[in-house]
Amino acid sequence: MSTPRTMFDKIWEEHAILEDEDGNTLLFVARHLAHDGSYHAFSFLDERGLPVRRPDLTYATPDHGISTLSHRIEDIDDPDQRRVVTGLQRNAERHGFTLFGLDDPRQGIVHVVGPEQGLTQPGLLMVCGDSHTSTHGALGALAFGIGASEVCHVLATQTIWQRRPRTMRVTVEGTRPRCVTAKDVILAIIARIGANGAAGHVVEYAGPAIRAMSVEERLTVCNMSIEAGARAGMIAPDETTFAYLEGRPYAPAGAEWERAVAYWRSLPSDPGARFDAEVTLDASALAPMVTWGNSPEDTLPVTGRIPDPDQVEPGAGRETLRATLDYMGLSPGTRLVDVPIDQVFIGSCTNARIEDLRAAAEVARRGRAVVPAMVSPGSSLVKRQAEAEGLDRVFREAGFEWRESGCSMCVGMNGDLVPAGKRCASTSNRNFRGRQGRGSRTHLMSPAMAAAAALRGRITDVREILGEA
Amino acid sequence: MERFTALTAIAAPIDQANIDTDQIAPARFLRRPRAEGYQDILFHDLRFTAPGVENPDFILNRAPFRQARILVADRNFGGGSSREQAVWALVDSGIRCVVAVSFGDIFYNNAVNHGLLLVRLDAELLRRLRQALHERPGSVISVDLRSQTLVAPDGTTYAFAIEAARKRRLLEGLDAIGLTLGHMAEIAAFEQGYQARKPWLTARPA
Ligand code: SF4
Repeated sequence: MSTPRTMFDKIWEEHAILEDEDGNTLLFVARHLAHDGSYHAFSFLDERGLPVRRPDLTYATPDHGISTLSHRIEDIDDPDQRRVVTGLQRNAERHGFTLFGLDDPRQGIVHVVGPEQGLTQPGLLMVCGDSHTSTHGALGALAFGIGASEVCHVLATQTIWQRRPRTMRVTVEGTRPRCVTAKDVILAIIARIGANGAAGHVVEYAGPAIRAMSVEERLTVCNMSIEAGARAGMIAPDETTFAYLEGRPYAPAGAEWERAVAYWRSLPSDPGARFDAEVTLDASALAPMVTWGNSPEDTLPVTGRIPDPDQVEPGAGRETLRATLDYMGLSPGTRLVDVPIDQVFIGSCTNARIEDLRAAAEVARRGRAVVPAMVSPGSSLVKRQAEAEGLDRVFREAGFEWRESGCSMCVGMNGDLVPAGKRCASTSNRNFRGRQGRGSRTHLMSPAMAAAAALRGRITDVREILGEA
Repeated sequence: MERFTALTAIAAPIDQANIDTDQIAPARFLRRPRAEGYQDILFHDLRFTAPGVENPDFILNRAPFRQARILVADRNFGGGSSREQAVWALVDSGIRCVVAVSFGDIFYNNAVNHGLLLVRLDAELLRRLRQALHERPGSVISVDLRSQTLVAPDGTTYAFAIEAARKRRLLEGLDAIGLTLGHMAEIAAFEQGYQARKPWLTARPA
């Protein structure tokens, strides 16, 4: 019997071309995703006079810098952003790779588009010049973010050098209570292991609570792996995965489908496979979660209170906590549900797929937003689907703004910003200082919780609105 | 790529943990061409209260620390976004070495492509080191990559670990793409086998 292998081991070994004498592996990149922010990497490639080696394995879509008011290129106000988006278009034409451009119905946030198109598949090694590439692991791919120089390396060679990461298994036991979403599960995981707790590791999420999740929920979980510092996050493919992929544009079909599924079934970690670290969490003990600080590890159940620096040892984070509360404009001991909210953002690659919008709409239809609230679907196809289901009407009637798809207020590069000192309930993945605009204060939460905050103008336990039944 | 062998320079303490790349290089500055330089955006929103108006409290705005070429940080420096501009902002400002308890993985990988040395040391040791830098502003730290040692202002020498390949790339200023292009035959052979094992991957949308 050979040694039991983890799913990570199998995918890594399947893509390993060679190893150097220092133990670095040259890996084959099965899919390279690009976006408007990949522009520097294309410039580096030009400077070297190199072609894109595998345009057939390169797929791109503009997302970071585009307007969510309109998808007309002329409507991008910032000349720098416009240059970058037109640059992506020009590069696609010149190098001959596939572009889901601004005018393409398949455009969207790159991490929403990959799975939606069936480009993301089990067993593939995927990279993208964006840290949330970890999202794609939800379908059983090994996917990680890289920097511009590495993107240039991938464009030129279709390979990437990596040191073999360690492995961590996060097992989520139990059944999620009502109103506890995938977002709450991953926030709880990050709170447990810390913002850098999985550094140097690839995390495999396992256990009954993960198996019970839809693919869209799994995408939310894997998306935020990077917020725990992980190199990548992944979930073993199963019937849920296959059902999600079947019939998608880039998924295999016919006899090819059978062959692919047979291979995908061989991917899950072998019984007895060893992980370098193990973490276990009980989903049934969770409540809806909210972040209060400037790191996603600063997470508490919505029933909690703002922590008190005086209860923390000096040198053990007291100063950091003070600075955080100062930046966030929060006082120790305040109940989270007493924190007022100035605006709401429902969007991003974490939580802007159709199931997320349905969950938010379910809450929105029960009232009216009392603060500015914006919904930006994760892709143009999600937008179309939501409109077909009438969700856009639900949001509009509840006073939410219904926008085009893009990264929008998750990072604010397109001008969708939270003003300094203002507090935003956001379904995105980062509550860093200034992430949503200089001086912005971000509270991360699930789509239903964000919609609830919009209706009440403060952080709200969504269970109050939806009832416990 | 610029090489890194050794450096003796003023070091600045960065006390906050979790200094993410959004803070090192805010999103709104990321689109300018690389050649235009990124030195003015380093820690922009911590360093400036308004465009061109410096925050006098920020450490790198204080006299001796302006000359700092080494940063001594805490845990999880450079976590978050993959933006390589964070590394560009540091090296363009003359910072060639960051010492921290831990780093964001992608930031760690990006640094080596621009000759930025990242050194990992123990949390308690770094706390004391930062304290010493506060107490004697302008103190100098020496790092020597060849011997993998760091000399603190009080003269104590600490050894640090670094992966062999990373060390060599920094010392020799080796370029990864050049290196890989030397392996094209192996890559091409691999691709053929890969394709044959997964014929379904060539499927195009109907
Ligand atoms: S939605 Fe936010 S996290 Fe996702 S790719 Fe866009 S900017 Fe990054």
